[in-house]
Amino acid sequence: MTVSFDGLVARSGWTLRVDGLEIDEGVTAVVGANGTGKTTLGRAVAGLDRLAGGRLVIAGSVVDDPAAGAFVPAHQRRVGLVFQDLRLFGHLRVIDNVAFGLRRTGTDRAAARQRAGDLLERVGVDSGVWSKRPTALSGGQRQRVAIARALAPEPEVLIVDEPLASVDSSGRAGLRALIGESPARHTLLITHDPVDVATLASRLVVLDNGAVASRGSVAEVTARPGCEWAATFLGANVVPGHAQGTSVTTGAGLVLTVASEAEGPVYVTFPAHAVTLHRDRPAGSARNAWQAELERVDIDGERARVHLAGPLAVRADITRRSADELELRPGLTVWASLKATELTVVT
Amino acid sequence: MRALTAARPSGAAAEPGPARPAGQFPAALTVVGFLALGLLALPIVGLLQRAPWSALPAVLGESEVLEALRVSLIVSLVATAACVVLGLPLAFVLARRRLRFGRVVRALVMLPMVLPPVVAGTALLFALGRRGLVGQWLDSWFGVSLPFTTAGAVVAAAFVALPFFVVTVEAALRQAGDDLDEAAATLGAGAWSTLLHVTLPTIRPALAAGTALAWARAVGEFGATLTFAGNFPGRTRTLPLETYLALERNPEAAVAISLVLMAVALAVLVTLRDRWMPR
Repeated sequence: MTVSFDGLVARSGWTLRVDGLEIDEGVTAVVGANGTGKTTLGRAVAGLDRLAGGRLVIAGSVVDDPAAGAFVPAHQRRVGLVFQDLRLFGHLRVIDNVAFGLRRTGTDRAAARQRAGDLLERVGVDSGVWSKRPTALSGGQRQRVAIARALAPEPEVLIVDEPLASVDSSGRAGLRALIGESPARHTLLITHDPVDVATLASRLVVLDNGAVASRGSVAEVTARPGCEWAATFLGANVVPGHAQGTSVTTGAGLVLTVASEAEGPVYVTFPAHAVTLHRDRPAGSARNAWQAELERVDIDGERARVHLAGPLAVRADITRRSADELELRPGLTVWASLKATELTVVT
Repeated sequence: MRALTAARPSGAAAEPGPARPAGQFPAALTVVGFLALGLLALPIVGLLQRAPWSALPAVLGESEVLEALRVSLIVSLVATAACVVLGLPLAFVLARRRLRFGRVVRALVMLPMVLPPVVAGTALLFALGRRGLVGQWLDSWFGVSLPFTTAGAVVAAAFVALPFFVVTVEAALRQAGDDLDEAAATLGAGAWSTLLHVTLPTIRPALAAGTALAWARAVGEFGATLTFAGNFPGRTRTLPLETYLALERNPEAAVAISLVLMAVALAVLVTLRDRWMPR
């Protein structure tokens, strides 16, 4: 079963063109700079925006084909959408927000509430707030309610638009796990957070300027990002670790020094161009230095992307000239270094 | 400059925070402002001081007054119901459809708010009267004649009250937007289901306010009713018409009915206090 999207969506003065996009089962991340059409893609799949041309097929049924006059409205599509601005119903209690979709599809009130309660429990919303209005909840709690509400009618496709944008750092890990466990057959994760991609997505769609710039498995797209924005975005290194003050201990025991303090499990992210390579042990201020084995070098125009193994599997972008000067080749042992100020700690 | 400084409260200079330009207007405006307030308050005081408090139950119990009260209740409630049933779809059309002549349509909707009621009554007569544009067909096809009937009084009241409901609800619909409607659609709710379970509950305060305003306008309707529906006891003679007649016959009754109508107006204001009365 796939979602197959081949068409264009026209909004005032702007179009999104999608050529032969096949979205397989599992979690697919849709990434791209702001205003490249990520949200529009989601809205078209959900049936909130109509195609101006082309064809959209979900699990074998044509849901939008303007040339054939076919259009299945949003409420008949079985596509759940967690809006970036959540859009919880202010006039309904938390539990009735979650029960809403079940009630509309004919489930009686008691059964719908029962199921809504199960879902709220699963997403970790305490039963003490089930009878409150959504406005009484924190941002993270509201996000959980929105996910539970979208999952309640058991959609074939779940679209989650920037799920962590409105959540403070303490709730992120839990929410991420929640999206990873999504029971929907297809999950479209619209994001511009490299950690989301690294931890959740098996496949990637890169949108650039209203068109698909690249798509495929995370590894495939990382190798051919298709646009400058995605190259930088996907070059970002995401390293899990355990923080204690300004020290983060990574999996293999290497300790990174970071600029901001944190406690507990974290991700350290840094762009590929922040990694510096040396043949000998670097002197000077870069305290985060380690010896790594060089796995591969990809040359792309003037840029060389160096893949390192060793205590940290990271990517380093250097100029082609430096790569030549360093005489880099697979199997070589090099020194890598990072400035603490280049590191971002995400919980 | 001296007048401006003098107009400031003396303690203001010592208070922290930025100096506020509010209050910097000619002192004469304050005087005229309070005169205007007096103009608004004086009639109410006049009414209250003439109120026959002890005789109130007896005066209001008179058969003419009770009859007018009955007509007023029927006319205003049916007219309000008509405003809700007709006004809600109209508010949706105005708020959610892109109309080609939107400005003209909106002006047409608001016209009864600014039209002299007697003009409204005259216009209704030429449209729905026995020889009117539509009225002649109503008469010859269905044998229905609206002028000088209770139904006519309802039409007159609904005509003048409808814009109050439509304008209030339209504003609320615009403010609410269609974000929640979209959310409902992705959860499997069709158009009617969304209307019933999301849109209407979301704008409930505006529905209440619009209904209250429309009812207040319908209860107070005088000019259009008199012109179009006439003044027949038990059929079209509403409380405002009865008040006008009672001024000649029995001023105490006029005062008593006026007090009742004022209480109605106050009750509506209290209903609207959160929406329309700034704190």
